[in-house]
Amino acid sequence: MANSDMADKDVLIDIFTRADLIMQSDIKFRQMIGAGQLQIVYYPVRGQEVVSSAMMAAVNKEDYLVTIYRGLHDQLAKGIPSKDLWAEFAGKMAGTCKGKGGPMHITHPETGVMVTTGIVGSGIPIANGLGLASQLDKDGKVTVCCFGDGATNIGAFHEGLNMAQIWKLPVIFLCQNNLYSEHTPMAFATSSDSIKQRGEGLGMRSVQVNGNDASAMYAAAKEAVEYARAGHGPTLIEAMTFRFHGHLLGDTSHYIPKEEMEQAKKDDPMPILRQQLLDLQISEADIAAIEAKNAAIIEEASQFALDTPYPPGDEYRIDVLDVEIAA
Amino acid sequence: MSEKPKEIMFAQACNMAMAKAMEDDPKVILMGEDIADEQGGGVFKVTLGLSEKFGTDRVRSTPISEQAIVGAAVGSAMVGYKPVAEIMLMNFITVAMDQIVNHAAKLRFMSGGQTTVPLTIRTTTGAGTGLGGQHSDMLEAWLAHVPGLKVVAASNPADAYGLLYSSIMDPNPVIFIENTPGYFVKGPAPAPDHTVPLGKASVPREGTDITLIGYGSSISRCHAAAEKLAEGGISCEIVDLRTIAPFDEETVLKSVAKTKAAVVVHEAVRNFGVGAEISSRIHEELFSELKAPVGRVGSGYAPVPFSPAIEKAWLFSQDDIEREVHKILG
Ligand SMILES: Cc1ncc(C[n+]2csc(CCOP(=O)(O)OP(=O)(O)O)c2C)c(N)n1
Repeated sequence: MANSDMADKDVLIDIFTRADLIMQSDIKFRQMIGAGQLQIVYYPVRGQEVVSSAMMAAVNKEDYLVTIYRGLHDQLAKGIPSKDLWAEFAGKMAGTCKGKGGPMHITHPETGVMVTTGIVGSGIPIANGLGLASQLDKDGKVTVCCFGDGATNIGAFHEGLNMAQIWKLPVIFLCQNNLYSEHTPMAFATSSDSIKQRGEGLGMRSVQVNGNDASAMYAAAKEAVEYARAGHGPTLIEAMTFRFHGHLLGDTSHYIPKEEMEQAKKDDPMPILRQQLLDLQISEADIAAIEAKNAAIIEEASQFALDTPYPPGDEYRIDVLDVEIAA
Repeated sequence: MSEKPKEIMFAQACNMAMAKAMEDDPKVILMGEDIADEQGGGVFKVTLGLSEKFGTDRVRSTPISEQAIVGAAVGSAMVGYKPVAEIMLMNFITVAMDQIVNHAAKLRFMSGGQTTVPLTIRTTTGAGTGLGGQHSDMLEAWLAHVPGLKVVAASNPADAYGLLYSSIMDPNPVIFIENTPGYFVKGPAPAPDHTVPLGKASVPREGTDITLIGYGSSISRCHAAAEKLAEGGISCEIVDLRTIAPFDEETVLKSVAKTKAAVVVHEAVRNFGVGAEISSRIHEELFSELKAPVGRVGSGYAPVPFSPAIEKAWLFSQDDIEREVHKILG
């Protein structure tokens, strides 16, 4: 890539800082689950770090995010403090949702993370509601809605994008296309050749981008954000990426051809981004300092997740309705 | 609707409640298929005149997209709006069940109370319209079974006005069920500031021998049956639940503790219905005091039939209520 196309040095450092935190968290989660220290369902995000880091670098803390079960990368990139997030993943009282949401249902309004859903594609209509509120309030916020390629086969995608487009809502639909939904390859289940085509079919501004290329992804994200803030409406970004591990931890990815996986790992976005920083004359020591800081954050967060207590059992009686329910 | 009539229709009461809520709170917005005036003010004209008064930013006609409608209501509710989503007919909530059950009902809980979903879903249904199997179902038991939702059904215009206003202002997601044939039923007009709290039943008729418990469309038939039974010397008390979930256990139990007999009456099919829950709760609390097991009257365990002859046979009737009362009181 020509240097002129490169995102600003500071932006790349910012993206790398987020992405490295995600990568290290993912590694640590897999280690701890493997070692039996945590017993949770976990959807690995290794390989998709750059997509969400570049996207979230292009929005503000006040902007909204709606994401899915495979959401660790989105949530960390958006800024949820690691300790709170780790504690929630572990089901602890100090977690973002008092342990009542868990890994698939993370909410943290302070950083704009409004909904994480375990129902494929269903965040799309809700993101529209957040966008509608911003449009009516004229508060200038945008909503980013993340989902996978598989989600574009559910009705809510088509209903949601259609509504967003006719109402010109300030929503960015970020399809993180990792080419697989559970064990099913995209070509097997998806009638169109690209997700971008689907957005175009619904009359929406749609772009396809190499989501693993930090500069390209950031440029696409920034353009979509500006378009939305200017009141022009939504954008569908199809960000091409890959996941290096199974759909959930324990799945061996036997359904992914070996050569495809090998090639994807050769194209691992993390070493590429790191090298880009070095190419920009950012010193090895500076990069190592970022990595060490992230490692310390994760060390503290993961220990906190283990040490901090579970909620009391009758916590289930609170937050069902606005009043405590009877025992 | 400028001059206040002494008697109003149910549909008018709903319209007035929404107008009042929109006047009182700029965060109240409406969305649904064909609801703005340009599209006719709703298929049953319940929202007629509101877009003219409040503008199409706040009274929004939508595409035929039930998931997208409820989803947009959920999202806007989470950040300060009080959306009222109209699902044209109750059978179409099946298409939006994911948004209702997995999202509206649970986001408060799953977020540990950080986000709330103060939305109202208005919908209408009811047999007697000749619309057949896919436009007349009473599905309230499904919704009442989901923790985190409130389910409301009014039996007269004044209650409809008060309950719909309360539903819109309630901090929880509320399903407000209107009865299609009942839209044209008239009743005393409420005062503009009339409200009815959610979760509180009413006792529109007092009696001593047996309690008839119902809601929505069943109440008028309970009254008719009670009149008839009174001629034979049986004194019926009527409890109108008004809020189906969470139901007013206190009022129900107080009444049945007095009469020592009860029948639960609803238009929905009898099997696995709301009546089963209420009957069971009465048995749990008052078993030893009851003259006989609690009775249930509901419609047949079949889809709503089209032909008027079969629809009539399928639908619960005043006769069914009287028969059940005689059976219980021996
Ligand atoms: C409505 C619905 N159907 C099925 C599932 C089960 N499921 C969970 S993840 C998944 C695959 C989704 O793939 P994709 O949207 O591409 O996202 P990715 O996991 O690849 O990020 C499926 C089928 C679900 N959670 N929700």
